[in-house]
Amino acid sequence: MRLVLDIAVTHVLARVRQTLVGMLGVAMGVGFSVMMAALMEGSQRDFVTQLVDSLPHITINDERRDPPRQPAEDAYAAVQFSGLRTPVTRPGIRNPYAIMASIETWLDGAVAPSVASRAVIRYAGRDTAANVTGIDPRREVHVSKLAGHIRQGSLDSLYKSSNAVILGDRLAAKIGARVGNTIALASGTGQILTCTVVALLHTGISQTDETQAYTLIKTAQILAGQTALVNAIRIRVVDILAARGVATRIEAQTGYKSVSWQEANEDLLSAFQIRNFIMYTVVGAILLVASFGTYNIISTITHEKTRDIAILKSLGFTESTVRSIFFIEAVIIGLAGTVLGWLLGYILCLALGSVEFKSPFMDATTLPLYYTPVHYLMAAAVAMTASGIAGYLPARKAASVHPVEIIRGAS
Amino acid sequence: MAAPTDPPGPRPLIELRRVTKTIGDGVATTLVADIDLVVRSGEFVAVTGPSGSGKSSLLYLLGLLDVPTSGEVLVEGRPASRLDEAARAHLRLSLLGFVFQFHFLLPEFSALSNIMLPMRALGRLDDAAMRRRALELLASLGLEDHAHKLPGQMSGGQRQRVAIARALANEPLVILADEPTGNLDTHASEQVLAIFRHLVDETGRAIVMVTHDLDLAARADRQIRIVDGRRVT
Repeated sequence: MRLVLDIAVTHVLARVRQTLVGMLGVAMGVGFSVMMAALMEGSQRDFVTQLVDSLPHITINDERRDPPRQPAEDAYAAVQFSGLRTPVTRPGIRNPYAIMASIETWLDGAVAPSVASRAVIRYAGRDTAANVTGIDPRREVHVSKLAGHIRQGSLDSLYKSSNAVILGDRLAAKIGARVGNTIALASGTGQILTCTVVALLHTGISQTDETQAYTLIKTAQILAGQTALVNAIRIRVVDILAARGVATRIEAQTGYKSVSWQEANEDLLSAFQIRNFIMYTVVGAILLVASFGTYNIISTITHEKTRDIAILKSLGFTESTVRSIFFIEAVIIGLAGTVLGWLLGYILCLALGSVEFKSPFMDATTLPLYYTPVHYLMAAAVAMTASGIAGYLPARKAASVHPVEIIRGAS
Repeated sequence: MAAPTDPPGPRPLIELRRVTKTIGDGVATTLVADIDLVVRSGEFVAVTGPSGSGKSSLLYLLGLLDVPTSGEVLVEGRPASRLDEAARAHLRLSLLGFVFQFHFLLPEFSALSNIMLPMRALGRLDDAAMRRRALELLASLGLEDHAHKLPGQMSGGQRQRVAIARALANEPLVILADEPTGNLDTHASEQVLAIFRHLVDETGRAIVMVTHDLDLAARADRQIRIVDGRRVT
């Protein structure tokens, strides 16, 4: 084996230019693959993090997944009922605080009630629609990042006046309101409340900043025209990946539709799978192209070394030994190229990570990159496999050379 | 005419028994036709004949580089031509040494490394012993100062002597030489001939040398002549 390795290394070192070209081919493939993977997974993770951070991990709604059974269905063994009148049910979750207390006994996380309603905001002759969410600030800080998004004022400012409201900064700018101004909130039920703007909110997501307003639960209940209404319970869990299981348990316990962040964004998460498939296809294609370089170089070396192969075989080297020599040469080129590619990939990631982007929809930001050894190992595995195959084919051809034909031709 | 026969003598090292080699699928060309030959220990045999007569083909069959279409090649009395590629390669490595018209040294390796290649492939000796033997071979051929030179840094005669040293590396029983002086001047040719004579006389090895030069052939112990693939003497 040492002899095979010595011959392979000598061949590779004797052809510096060819070896460098081969190595650079593999290095480019590995480097750009690492960069692509870091970029794609970084953006995906960044998106998921933003998604998970900006929304509660689980939302319990005042809905049920399946319509409740009619009492008549339970009382009579009939095939079909017609003309049943649907009973009018009061919106909202029944006994929300009892449910919350029950969940809190086993949940590893935090729970907060909320009231969601829509209203028109009026100020200085300007009207605009907004989502008004009633919250409990003391609980809210444990289930969302809302407190961290407050730019002017604070979340606790909601307690400062009876009808206090926090507006998204873009929403406030749209109607020209500032902190301290009094605005009117008009709900669909005809309720009109005069509220004081006590703080401004900036999440960095333009749709939220342009449409969102927060009040105390009580204010939102008045706006909705239903006191004691709680139409959502929001939950933040410590282990975000366990959210789906927790949601299922809550739903089984309460009967109310309980939606985890994964379920709420199922379509997006599915899109990520397609995106990942595309990413790995592109990365594979890059490495495949690089492997053609290795194939070309090993082919050239074996072609140039045909006479040496013949003489090695005349000396008594077996086909498998000759094959091993050229296969190892490809592996050496692949390995050296991979290490160089790792370095290149890391430098490319650092360079990309330093570029700043400004978007009208988001705050100025740098490209999100995700660093993990998995990307490096994955690129190395593909590059080494491709180099191995690229080396094996010409090596097999080289080993099958009939020494007599070559020696006759060379003599 | 009766088929030429070989004289009796010491133990046969390589034997050809009615060996024929043809090539080509459609119209077959016969390179070697129905040849019997016995090469014994301590013999210097010259194979002569016109160009294209099948001299080199005969040598490649003797050296197990090629397999006969019919007939058998025996090495030390054992049939060898039907062995698989790896077994024939091992016999070549351990019992036979080749010297060609062109030196065929590996250009990236020094003279010393070239000589050590077959020893390393065979793996009988440790590194120090291999190195010692390679240096002894170089010294015996007057190349002690050229051990670390690359083939490109040596003259044609020196390269051919290194090739002979490489052929001797594993102490083969038989040296098979195909026009070994074809690319050398008179002085270098004489040196090679002297080495061959020394190997036969002093070490008891057998040498089979293919040459078209009848003066050189006359220096061998006996000559066989090939014409159109057939042995005529």
